[in-house]
Amino acid sequence: MSHDRSTNGQPLTDREQSLEFLRQMLRIRRFEEKSAELYSAQKIRGFLHLYIGEEAVAVGVAGGLNKDDALVATYREHGHAMVKGMAMNTIMAEMYGKVTGCCRGRGGSMHLFDAEHRLYGGNAIVGGGLPVAVGLALADQLQKNHRVTCCCFGEGAMAEGEFHEALNLAALWHLPVLFVCENNYYAMGTALIRSEAVVDLPSKAASYGVETATVDGMDVIAVAEAAQQAASQVRQNGGPFFLECRTYRFRPHSMFDPELYRSKQEVEGWKQRCPIESLIRRIREKGWIDDSRLGELEGAVAAEIAAAVDYAEQSPWESLEELTRFVYSESEVR
Amino acid sequence: MAEQMRTITYRDAVREGLREALQKDERVFLMGEDVGRYGGCFAASKGLLEEFGPERVRDTPLSESTFTGAGIGAALGGMRPIVEIMTVNFSLLALDQIMNNAATYLHMSGGLFNVPLVIRMATGGGKQLAAQHSHSLEGWYAHIPGIKVLCAATLEDARGMLWGALLDPDPVLLFEPSVLYAMEGELAVDAGAVDIAGARLHHEGRDLTLITYGSCLYKCLDAAEQLEVSGISCDVIDLRSLRPLDEESFFTSVAKTHRALIVDEGWRSGSLAAEISARIMENAFYELDAPVERICSVEVPMPYAKHMEEAALPQVKTIVETARRMIHG
Repeated sequence: MSHDRSTNGQPLTDREQSLEFLRQMLRIRRFEEKSAELYSAQKIRGFLHLYIGEEAVAVGVAGGLNKDDALVATYREHGHAMVKGMAMNTIMAEMYGKVTGCCRGRGGSMHLFDAEHRLYGGNAIVGGGLPVAVGLALADQLQKNHRVTCCCFGEGAMAEGEFHEALNLAALWHLPVLFVCENNYYAMGTALIRSEAVVDLPSKAASYGVETATVDGMDVIAVAEAAQQAASQVRQNGGPFFLECRTYRFRPHSMFDPELYRSKQEVEGWKQRCPIESLIRRIREKGWIDDSRLGELEGAVAAEIAAAVDYAEQSPWESLEELTRFVYSESEVR
Repeated sequence: MAEQMRTITYRDAVREGLREALQKDERVFLMGEDVGRYGGCFAASKGLLEEFGPERVRDTPLSESTFTGAGIGAALGGMRPIVEIMTVNFSLLALDQIMNNAATYLHMSGGLFNVPLVIRMATGGGKQLAAQHSHSLEGWYAHIPGIKVLCAATLEDARGMLWGALLDPDPVLLFEPSVLYAMEGELAVDAGAVDIAGARLHHEGRDLTLITYGSCLYKCLDAAEQLEVSGISCDVIDLRSLRPLDEESFFTSVAKTHRALIVDEGWRSGSLAAEISARIMENAFYELDAPVERICSVEVPMPYAKHMEEAALPQVKTIVETARRMIHG
């Protein structure tokens, strides 16, 4: 495994952007810490997959996308939903299973959808979102929309046939898809080296003639730069791009995971490279933030989360009479 | 004035439906294995590539799951894709996309994302294509809430169901029995789109209701004619839509005939025939003068040898014998 822990991250050049990335990562981190608490309190049920440790990927990648670009994500997508523009209220209410949730409580944590912000799920079948992303990009190509479809997936998805089919089709038809592999080195509990004969992931995409890059997924500035370059290349050339972000999940796979498959030392080692702490350190070095400003930032995030929890608590459940709605469309208008 | 008729094959009727859809709506495109240069595995799309170009008639790699999923994505992105999968057996490679995505998105997203996608595929036996090209799995698909399942048995439906399916805002699976592509018959010159909802009564009688769909329709019609000669008259119902089922059609008929025989090319266990039988029992039990009976395919993977395949599939002789036994004991 190539854990590159030597870098201290890229130097910062843009104050506003750095502070905004910090704010976004903190929103995701604190939101999920609260979610874990609410899970223990049995307010949130089902599966809950936390993104803690990987925040730099979603925040950085979103930094490279335009507002009208589409995003297809996985079941570990709270962060993606937030950076795409969804309000915490609607995400929290969804996880509570309330009718005010983004999907009226039909989807839960693993299935966040948002038509306005072009978030096409929350897909909980590993690899299942890749063909859909290819189709969204095909629709854009046929309608001559100069938009990018960004498809995030874990390295585990690369063992699925759909990965290979989707990369081939996107390359063959020259479709504007930005494939983002969030390589956190474990497919649930199975290490990359135990599931792939070839662990050089970009080489698999390159074998379909797709351009690739690898970036330190613990450095939000590096991810944003790489995503920006990749997305603009997709936008200009029309064809797909594969970006590998090397990252790490600090928490268990879900809330039912005793973590027998990795050592405490390994986890601690990666925690030293926490994307949030690393960014704070660099911002402090620049003198762009002090304790009081950081406190304000944390305070604002905490208030936003408290309001989201309150919103979810106060929201009603959907009436049982609605159970069979949305199996088929209610309107015939196309 | 009598309608002007012309002679046409089922295959050509399908092609007319495809052509009409491509002409009428810029958002419609066709994709699948060999739909373009080859002209379609059953020649249903022959000539359409030349007519509409490679953007709208798209040959795909042998990646059922991904081109079906791409159909879902393109539908979400504002297009009206027609995905062709060569046979229902191959569609199992795309089952994840059909079941976990196409059928669930609308409900899972709380009504945000409907998927206006049509998937066409060939189904059924009778061509000695053995155990990986001959099954009738449309009954499986009819199990899934969130999709609609159609089977075109007639030239009218081969010609007109596609446009009806494209008008639907949700995913529609349209099955074409492969044994019917070469069937020739009379079709109105101005035949066009048809309503995809509802069953159709093809033959009227008073003694027995034959409920069927797909290529078994013709076996039932043959049986009904033979039975007529011996004084047994039958209603023959072509279900057309397997999900949703037009149950009123067979409840109404059973209220008249008091006997029902279901002819279904799927396997018997857990079949569509079982579902129909259960619904009759639940809703029309006191109308019945005899137990509901079923003729299904024998529960074996489809054999290649002609005599074996014939023995595995429902046949006219069995329908006639069963009907006589049901009436006369």
